[in-house]
Amino acid sequence: MQRTMMDFWVGLFVMAGIGALLFLGLKAGNLTDFQADKSYVLIGDFENIGGLKVRAPVKSAGVTVGRVTDIQFSTQTYDAVVTMKVDTRYQFPKDTFASILTSGLLGEQYIGLLPGGDDEMLEDGEKVMKTNSAIVLEEMIGRFLFDKASEKKDSDPEL
Amino acid sequence: MARRIRAAIESIGHRVIESIWRLGTAARFILLVLLKSIPSFLRFRLITREIYYAGVMSLIIILVSGLFVGMVLGLQGYETLQKFGSESAVGTLVALSLVRELGPVVAALLFASRAGSAMTAEIGLMKATEQLAAMGMMAVDPIARIVAPRFWGGVFSMPLLAAMFSMMGVLGGYLVTVVFIGVDAGSFWSQMQSAVDFRYDIINGVIKSCFFGVVVTAIAVFEGFDAPPTAEGVSGATTRTVVTSSLAILGLDFVLTAFMFRGVS
Repeated sequence: MQRTMMDFWVGLFVMAGIGALLFLGLKAGNLTDFQADKSYVLIGDFENIGGLKVRAPVKSAGVTVGRVTDIQFSTQTYDAVVTMKVDTRYQFPKDTFASILTSGLLGEQYIGLLPGGDDEMLEDGEKVMKTNSAIVLEEMIGRFLFDKASEKKDSDPEL
Repeated sequence: MARRIRAAIESIGHRVIESIWRLGTAARFILLVLLKSIPSFLRFRLITREIYYAGVMSLIIILVSGLFVGMVLGLQGYETLQKFGSESAVGTLVALSLVRELGPVVAALLFASRAGSAMTAEIGLMKATEQLAAMGMMAVDPIARIVAPRFWGGVFSMPLLAAMFSMMGVLGGYLVTVVFIGVDAGSFWSQMQSAVDFRYDIINGVIKSCFFGVVVTAIAVFEGFDAPPTAEGVSGATTRTVVTSSLAILGLDFVLTAFMFRGVS
């Protein structure tokens, strides 16, 4: 079959298109980031998850060790049940503390794992017993205003 | 007065019935194109030729537009985000806007104006000069020989053009914010990488552009094939291709976005 200059340009065009997709995946996206190929599942019950979303990172010492894969509401405990996939390379003791943290003032929310000192490690599908809920700004402001009001009331008995 | 109102209602009714009729004809035509596509794949050079005319020839406008859109996004994003002291998040803003929305949508609008209108004009002119009728006389099916390769050429080209548009946009945003303004390059890329997910954002953007490719080329080939065989008819069909495609892209974008990104951060 005869090859023409047009075939060359089309080939170049297809290569450039695939190159652009690779650029987006590798440079702009998180294709090289955490891949949960070999991972185990951990579950955590939180009183309040704030703005935590599926796909949010699970970090320990600032390193991404996993991702949130599912968030459900339990009708038995009235808590949020968060399922996380953690890379098998990273094992955590049974008394690990899981907290919902925020990166920066306006950043995304993620789960921070703080390892304890237990000899036994958490296993696949196991529940993280020690959890700490997200800080909800409205609740904090409300509590602050309430404390201020009660302080004022104590110092001024006429009120 | 009553006669005028009656005429107006009749006119609206006539237009609605005409639109439904036309939609049915278009659906039947596209089904026919799909059924007669196998010969095009057996003679892939026909499709390669159309990828050249629809894709390669649209490259310049796509790349230049992508670069400028990215540059403007970078500039506007920086202006807004610096008020909150989060100028390093400009990379996230540029990349997410491009891969999720602007890349597929603007590339498709440009594709409709550049390649879609050319497709309609070419097929319409072939009809007006009776080339399609002559093919029929020689027992060559014009849908299999002329329409199907153009349809598939456009469908293959669109996602590649959209990816290149997004890539140029990200580079344009980098150029303005990092090179010209002086935002930290490390923060620019790392914030972008932590926010842009390959599967959700980039692949969904590609899926969107595939849908747009199908819609734009389907409208273009139908309008061309259905054009009245006169100079006025061809020009009207070309205009209709751009208008209908643009509206279809924007409408479809809303529906696809609602399906794809609902419930995702």
